[in-house]
Parts: sequence; C-alpha cells; structure tokens
Amino acid sequence: MHFGRRELLLSTALFIGRGVAARAGVIAGQLPWRPGAGAPPEPVLPGSWVFFTDAEGAAIEALAERIIPPDSDTPGGKEAGSAIFIDRQLAGPYGRQEGLYVRPPFLKGVKEQGPQDEAGPAQQYRAGLAALDRYCRASYGGKAFAELADADKDAILAGLESASVKLDGADGKTFFELTLKDVQQGFFADPIYGGNRDMVAWRMIGYPGARYDYRDWIGRHNERFPLPPVGITGRSDWTPRKAEGSK
Amino acid sequence: MTRKLPRKDVVIIGLGWTGSIMANELTDEGLDVVAIERGPWRDAAIDFPPNYDQDELRYRIRHELFLRPDQTTFTFRNNMSQTALPIRTWGAFMPPNGVGGGGVHWNAETWRFLPSDFVLKTHLTERYGAGFLPPDMTIQDWGVTYDEIEPYYDRFEYLCGTSGLAGNLNGQIQAGGNPFEGPRSRPYPNPPQAQPFSHTLFAKAARELGYKPFPQPSGNMSQAYKNPLGVRLGPCTYCGFCEWFGCGNNSKASPQTTILPVLVRKSNFLARDNCEVTRINTDRSGKRATGVTFVDTSGEEWEQPADLVILSAYTVFNVQLLLLSGIGKPYDPIANEGVIGRNFTHQTISDVTGFFDKAKFNFNPFIASGAIGMCIDEFNGDNFDHGPHGFVGGGYMGQVQTNGRPIETTPVPAGTPRWGAAWKSAVRDNYLSTVKPGTGVHGSFYSYRDIYLDLDPSYKDRLGRPLMRMTIDFHENELKQNAFLTDRFDEIIKAMGARETLKEYRKGPYDITKYQTTHLCGGAVMGAEPSVSAINRYLQSWDVSNLFVMGASAFPQNAGYNPTGTLAALAYWSADAIRTQYLRNPGPLVHV
Repeated sequence: MHFGRRELLLSTALFIGRGVAARAGVIAGQLPWRPGAGAPPEPVLPGSWVFFTDAEGAAIEALAERIIPPDSDTPGGKEAGSAIFIDRQLAGPYGRQEGLYVRPPFLKGVKEQGPQDEAGPAQQYRAGLAALDRYCRASYGGKAFAELADADKDAILAGLESASVKLDGADGKTFFELTLKDVQQGFFADPIYGGNRDMVAWRMIGYPGARYDYRDWIGRHNERFPLPPVGITGRSDWTPRKAEGSK
Repeated sequence: MTRKLPRKDVVIIGLGWTGSIMANELTDEGLDVVAIERGPWRDAAIDFPPNYDQDELRYRIRHELFLRPDQTTFTFRNNMSQTALPIRTWGAFMPPNGVGGGGVHWNAETWRFLPSDFVLKTHLTERYGAGFLPPDMTIQDWGVTYDEIEPYYDRFEYLCGTSGLAGNLNGQIQAGGNPFEGPRSRPYPNPPQAQPFSHTLFAKAARELGYKPFPQPSGNMSQAYKNPLGVRLGPCTYCGFCEWFGCGNNSKASPQTTILPVLVRKSNFLARDNCEVTRINTDRSGKRATGVTFVDTSGEEWEQPADLVILSAYTVFNVQLLLLSGIGKPYDPIANEGVIGRNFTHQTISDVTGFFDKAKFNFNPFIASGAIGMCIDEFNGDNFDHGPHGFVGGGYMGQVQTNGRPIETTPVPAGTPRWGAAWKSAVRDNYLSTVKPGTGVHGSFYSYRDIYLDLDPSYKDRLGRPLMRMTIDFHENELKQNAFLTDRFDEIIKAMGARETLKEYRKGPYDITKYQTTHLCGGAVMGAEPSVSAINRYLQSWDVSNLFVMGASAFPQNAGYNPTGTLAALAYWSADAIRTQYLRNPGPLVHV
C-alpha cells in the first residue's frame, strides 16, 4: 500500500502560527534541537481588511460595539479591535476549519453530537453578514446594520439570540453564537492577535497578562496584584513613542 | 510496497507516559527498543517556551498541542438507536498527539485509587448485596490489588517529584493528609505546593464542616527536584498555564522532564516521530505478534519486526488498533460477548461557581497551577455508606482552580445577559472575587453493558480506516451520584462566604461539545477471566502473549480520581513482570 505523499504531509502537519510542517524523523543519541526550531506567533498588523469587504467590516465593527459597548472606563469591542481580530482569524486556519474533520457525509444529528457543518467560519460569516444586511435593509428602510440606532441594533441582536429574528440564507441563531464567541475571544486574547488593544480588556478585569512567575505572590492572600498587564510582545510603555508625554 | 526494517527486541506504539516508562525499563534490561509515535517530538524550547507559552488563544482555544481531528477522530452517539456522527472539533475531551502524549498538557494531578477500587465488584457486593447494583452495570475486579501495585505508585511519584502530604504512612493516619488513601510506604518526594487564597479558604470551610481537607497530590514542583534517573525539574512558578499547555519552565512532571533526557541517550533506544502504526502484525496462528506496520509522513509504508510489542497509545486508539489488527474478540453488546471495546467509561464531572463580595475578597485567580488545590475525599469510592442514597461510586471534590485565563474564565452570576453593558460590567465586577474550581466535583464513571467502543460502519480517517465509534451516555447511578456530591460541594462553597453560587450538575444526555476531562477509560480491560477482559493482570494480551497493552484502556471501570497515577503504576508493574518473569520464559504469564 502507498498513501499519497501530499495528502499525508497536509494531514499531519500543524498549521497554527507560522506553521512548521512535521516530517517523520528519527530521534536517537541526543535530544532533538536545531536553532530557530520554535514557531512564535506572528503579530497582526493594523491596516485594511484582509477577509472582510468594507461593508462587512463596518457591520462586524457595529456588532462588536453592541456586544461589548464602550463605557467611561473601557473602550468597546470596535475600538478594542475585535473586528480586526475576527478578520485576521477568518483569513487564517480558523476560517478554513484547518485541521478539523471535514469529511462527508454531513448529516444532521442531535445537539450533543456537535456541529456538523461543511461550511467553515469564513463561509458562515460571509453568508451570515449578507443575510443580516438583507434583513436590515428590508426591515429598516434600506439601512445597513451599521447605520441603525443602537436600540435597533440591540433589538436585532436579541432577536437573533432568541431565534425570533429569522434571516434568509443563514441560520440567525448560529450566526449570533459565532459572532458572540469570536468578539469576546478577540477582546480577551493576547493583543498580538489584533484585539484587546493596549490590553484594555485585561486592565478592565485586573488580569496581569502573559506573566509566568508569581512565586512572590502565591502566599500574599487577599491582596490586589499591583503590576499592570503585559502581552506576549510586551507593553506600549516599554517602547516610548517620539513625542514626550504622549501615551 | 512495504519496506522491511531490521528486527528489534521491542517495538513500542506511542511514546507518552506508559511508552516512555516501558522503553526506559526494557532498555535497562538490555533490550533493543524502538518507539513509534504518531505525532511530533515536543519540548519546551521548541513548542512552548516561556516567552509565548502564555497564549490562551493558540494553545487552549485553537488546540495547538492536540491531535487534529483531520488526522483521525471518533464518531459519537448516545445510544444504539442513533446514527453516530463524527466529532469534527474536540469538546468533551482532548486526545493528545506527539512525544510525551497527554503528559505534555495534563494538569499533573497525581492520585492513587482506593484499595477498594481494585476489588470493586467484590467489595460492593459484600457490603450492599448484589441486588444493590443496577442490573446492566458491568463493573468487575481488576485482577490486581492496591497492595501489589503500591511499590509502583511509589516509583512513579518519585520519578515525577510529586508534591503532596501523606495521609496514611504504613497504616498510620497522618494529620493534614488524605485519611482515606491506601497505606503508602513512604512520604511524597516533595512537600505540598503553596496554596492561593481561595484554596486555603476552601480548606478552612471544609474543616469547619467536619471534613478533613488535604492538598491535592501535584506533579507541579513545590521546589527544585532531582529524580532517581538524575533528571532535574525546576520549581513551579504558579503561572496558571498548565492544563492544555506545555510547561515552559520544566516544572511539571512529563516524560520530557523526567525520563526522555535519559532515555534518548541510550544506545539501545531509538524513536521515530510523525510515524503512525496502522497494524499489529501476527503470524498465521494469530497467537504471536511479529511486529508492526507503520506509515511515515511521505506516505511510505514500513514493517518493523519485533519479538515483543507494547501498545501504549491513548485509550481509544489502543482499542482501535486491536480491532484493526484482529486481536481479541470484538465486543457485542447484544449478545453480551467479546471483550475488545467492552466496559468503556469516562468521568462524572460537575462544578459550583461561588461569587463573593468584591469589597472583601480578592482571589487573584491567575495565580495557580494545574494540580494545585485543597480537596476532601469523604465522598469518594466507598468512603461513605451508600445504603441510604441508592447509588454507588463517588469522587473527590475541592477548590482545584487552575487558572484565571480570561477567554474562558470570566464568570458572571446567573441571570446576567450574555452580551452588552450589563454583561461587561458583571465580568469586570466578578473576575477577581469569584471561585470557579473547574472540575470541582470529580466523580467515578462505572461500566455498563450498553456503553462501548466499536468500528464505525461509514466514517473513515485519512488513511481510509474506519473511525472508532463511541456509544456512551450517563446512567441514572452516575447522575444520582453527581447530584448528591454537587450539593455537598455547594455547601462548602457557601461556607467559604460566597454571596451566591451557581450549581452546574452533570446532566444527561452525554454531550460531546462540553469539556469534562480527557479521562476516557476501558475498552481493553484487565481482569482475571478472558471471557470479560482483553488482558491479564500483567497487561498481557490473553490472545497474543508477546503483546502488552498499557494505559487507561485497562481500567474495568473508572474511579473518582484522575487516571495517570494508576496507569503509570500499572506500566511499572507490567514492566517488572516482563523483566522478572516473561523474558525468562516467554509465553502467557497467567494460565486459566
């Protein structure tokens, strides 16, 4: 028997981050090591949409801003970068369901059996946003979701959540759950992935971030940990900007 | 065309905990050993260094260190009348992949089972009568006793540098330890870990309610440790990135931090990574293994001949390889015959979240480790009288919170909206002042006639092999057990001073999307009788005497503890039998 070379390479390799294609090897005599063997995460760069169209991006930003509204202390989901996070994730392995089991047949089961969708998140967002746009324009005088008043946006979100708002061309409840999960994940993930800008979410709750040594603090009970959060790439005040006194 | 490799004394399938233990023991015996591992080599420097290990999205949410379902997965259904569907993304458990296996990303909770757990059927029948057990429950004795494997528990704990406090030293109950545990021959190799605020608060509340709390036995180092093989582990730094992560600091016991640095330097050991064993080969009689066939990443197929085959993959893959190799009689739940796939079990987990007054309580939940915690064992196994309750089994419970990672740990009280301004302020107001133990109630899962593993009739993996099919649901006995234990746990969380609690009972049907534990057990169980077990008391196949099957697939039913301590002790026990009995006189070690 001979299995196709390409299929096996694609099937066993990992594709997270930069992705190092795994190859069969022999380990003998010493621990395997080569310089540069690790795969650190690649920082998301700001800038235009990679996956979304401008209209889709505006809708996702508006959804993120209602799922996590701004308040006097903490920015909302849009300013924190949740939409950028989702855009970059959808353009990567997550959007394509890479590494997941996507062989047919795709049958409908009970909910305890988990999702059985052939379409991955990228396709689900594309279809869901188009369906949401059609719904809004039909129900709100030709306006897109991003153009609606906050109360109307909230009413639509609540309707999708309860399945009382039905979309044409996508399952509204599934789209709502997907968006809710991803907006909140982007808000709390390391800022290297494009959301949680300046660690605003971590500051809000008191999470000190990507630290790895609390030995001095394990015995200090019922005391607030005093240090500000730090991300995988550090903190903005570690790299002072040009103008003195600027944040 | 299959290419044939030179013969080896031993081939090991899967280089996780039990594969590493076996490889080290058998190379010490002078045998020439090759280990074949489906996943890649892994270690801290390459895969989870401390400068980017603290990445919840990558390692936890996107499953960096786990098997990809695209490589292979299982199908699942609750009962025989349903059509099983594939698990397309992991949920209820997280199968490992790569050198070190689950030992890379476990929490390192290093428990022993109770003496009565090993003679469960006999014990419960004697105490309560046979009629007390549900008629379709298929629990049985293990064929080995606690006293027989105590020295091997001890070996594993000293290998790992387990941090803990003995509760029973040679029959003498010790203050501060677990008074219900079986007698241990010496203390833990390391003192218990330091405990965060909420964990000590749980212990105080439990003590005031009359229980005897003790520190959870932990494979996270309370101090620097050099193990008997000369391998050094660093002190745990309480970073809160343990389960589902590798330890960037070499502070968590794993094959990488305890065995492999010694093993790979031996001239009579070799490992192949990214190579998947597809079949255990047998001779014409079907009673003798001749070696294995595996496929590498370029699609090339190889035959590795060997005199002795050690099957040490993850539970479900052990069973799959036995079925695909035609070794042992497949289990048929209708005829109630056969053994391969029989007595498949999991764990019965639930949790209670406690919300405290934020003006008075600050828990810093991010300061923790994987196996940190204060527990009680009053409701485990048969440590209490089940007579009035109408169920059997139990579990430990405790404040065993491992982290405050914010994607998954932003608890809010019941009734809080899931989004919007009210959700956001509830997240902010509760993060530092909430106790969320995670697997706070860690209960047993006993075996039943209709819970089993077999080959799926329609879904295939990337190599064209049938996926394993899991047929599993919770039975009334386990749901009753869980309701009783969760209520006791809630009383303790309330006694800690919680303003309100959120009780999350384990309810049926079994749900593949919600994480419980990765403690899948059974399917190739050990025992005294070949009619109801796949392997004998030494983990030797009844059918193929030069094949030994390691791991939790050997558990006839699952106890209310994490399985690693027990499956590692059994590996040492089996290795000892091979070294002192089998090699002198190869053949069946038990005759019936």
